[in-house]
Amino acid sequence: MSTDRGLLDVLNLEVNYGGIAAVKGISFIVETGEMVCLIGANGAGKTSTLKALARMLPARGEMRYGGAKLHELPAHALIGKGLALVPEGRGVFARLTVAENLDMGAYHRSDEGITADLGRVFDLLPRLKERRTQLAGTLSGGEQQMLAIGRALMGRPKLLLLDEPSMGLAPLMVQKVFEVIRTVAAQGVTILLVEQNAKLALEVCGRGYVMESGRITLADTAKNLAADPRVRVAYLGE
Amino acid sequence: MDIFLQQIFNGLTLGSIYALVALGYTMVYGIMGLINFAHGEVVMIGALVALAVMAPLAGSGLPGPLVVLIGLAAAVLVCMALGATIERIAYRPLRNAPRLAPLITAIGVSIVLQQLAMLIWGRRYHSVPRLLPDAPHEIFGATITEVQILIMVVAALTMAGLMLLVNRTKMGRAMRATAESPAIAALMGVDANRIIMLTFVIGSGLGALAGVLVAANYGIAHYHMGFLLGLKAFTAAVLGGIGNLPGAMVGGLLLGVIEALGAGYIGDLTGGVLGSNYQDVFAFFVLIVVLIFRPSGLMGEKVAERA
Ligand SMILES: Nc1ncnc2c1ncn2[C@@H]1O[C@H](COP(=O)(O)OP(=O)(O)O)[C@@H](O)[C@H]1O
Ligand SMILES: [Mg+2]
Repeated sequence: MSTDRGLLDVLNLEVNYGGIAAVKGISFIVETGEMVCLIGANGAGKTSTLKALARMLPARGEMRYGGAKLHELPAHALIGKGLALVPEGRGVFARLTVAENLDMGAYHRSDEGITADLGRVFDLLPRLKERRTQLAGTLSGGEQQMLAIGRALMGRPKLLLLDEPSMGLAPLMVQKVFEVIRTVAAQGVTILLVEQNAKLALEVCGRGYVMESGRITLADTAKNLAADPRVRVAYLGE
Repeated sequence: MDIFLQQIFNGLTLGSIYALVALGYTMVYGIMGLINFAHGEVVMIGALVALAVMAPLAGSGLPGPLVVLIGLAAAVLVCMALGATIERIAYRPLRNAPRLAPLITAIGVSIVLQQLAMLIWGRRYHSVPRLLPDAPHEIFGATITEVQILIMVVAALTMAGLMLLVNRTKMGRAMRATAESPAIAALMGVDANRIIMLTFVIGSGLGALAGVLVAANYGIAHYHMGFLLGLKAFTAAVLGGIGNLPGAMVGGLLLGVIEALGAGYIGDLTGGVLGSNYQDVFAFFVLIVVLIFRPSGLMGEKVAERA
């Protein structure tokens, strides 16, 4: 019998770099259809958590996704199961064109729906269509972020992990990126959003976790977190 | 006879072969930052395997070009399997080791292959039967043989095919993505192990072809022919910008021409002190000049220092 409740179930996750503990036994859950955020200051361990989930780092503890134990899967098997990560710093292939980057997003697929999905991504992110023959390395930061999201969508993810999509972007572009994320969520993709921009993250998400030096210190609905004096002082600049 | 044009023809023939071998170096470097010094030995094995298949068939009444084709097929298959084996056994376990470890391993693999070839084929020079049409043709006062034309055409077509594979297919896209970032490519579902092995297989196949062509051109093969050829092709790859595919092709052709012109004129240049047997010097002179003045090569991007 499975006692899992969530699409993603994390139990006592630990990540170490050499002897240094970056994630110190955290547990959290993301249920199907939810949009959950993980907020915290620089160095709290958010990226390490996502990298562990995406099997880019060795980790201890339990990570269950759907019916699968993530630590039994190699990184390249995850997208086939619907788990996608938009990494910190975007990670677009700079020397591939925009179109090629998007094609890479569908690398694991061989179904008939790829062209239609490309059309949908271009509808959602028209800028990418204009620039599809351009090398990704020549795009602006915001465009690269859009491309990274579009590329992940080409993989038809069920669960999308987003690592600081607002990082380094001008406020107007941040708004645009978050609009896109909201649209993606509305289309039924479950989202785990990592952000330093707590204000925005708590606005768009239903629930949130606060991470501090490798531990989860608060877990609540986004509404309650946004009203919590500790969060307001530490993360909302009051 | 026009020496200049003659040496251009000879240089382009030789350069086509260097280009094919250089591609093997540059592809592996591009995808994993490794200089596979064993690659020259793979070329040598290709030549000797082809010879072993062609020699007994040479007098059998089969048409010469067909015999070469059979020898080539055998060489390509053996070398592809060899490339995959080398990657799996020698390099994969060291994927995350400090860079010096796989480099030293590459030299080790190279010695092993050379010794192995010596045990199988002995130390002697083997003459390669003349199976391809090699009638000379006169063009503007210089001579070009049919074998030379064939070598250039085959090399050009092969390289065009490779460019199509790398730039126009899903697999090629995955290779380029993996070269840029294996970790991110994995997020898209790319199994880096598969792509890296494929790179070795393709590079080794090209090497086998080059081995057969070089044996056909000079009519000779021996167990240590891979060393100098490998070193020169590596020079060509560096000249073009290591990691850059068109660079390897341009570097190969250019090096071939430089060498041939050097050999043609060195006697005049030194007042007869040095003869054309000093031809090999030019490749290394070029290597030194490139490393001093343009370490990223003609078409390469600036690369960070890698030990
Ligand atoms: N590759 C690494 N090697 C060593 N320490 C690291 C490495 N990556 C991150 N860390 C450390 O782990 C901690 C958590 O980092 P990270 O997960 O990137 O935090 P966040 O994404 O919340 O800013 C930090 O103290 C950071 O310095
Ligand atoms: Mg981070």
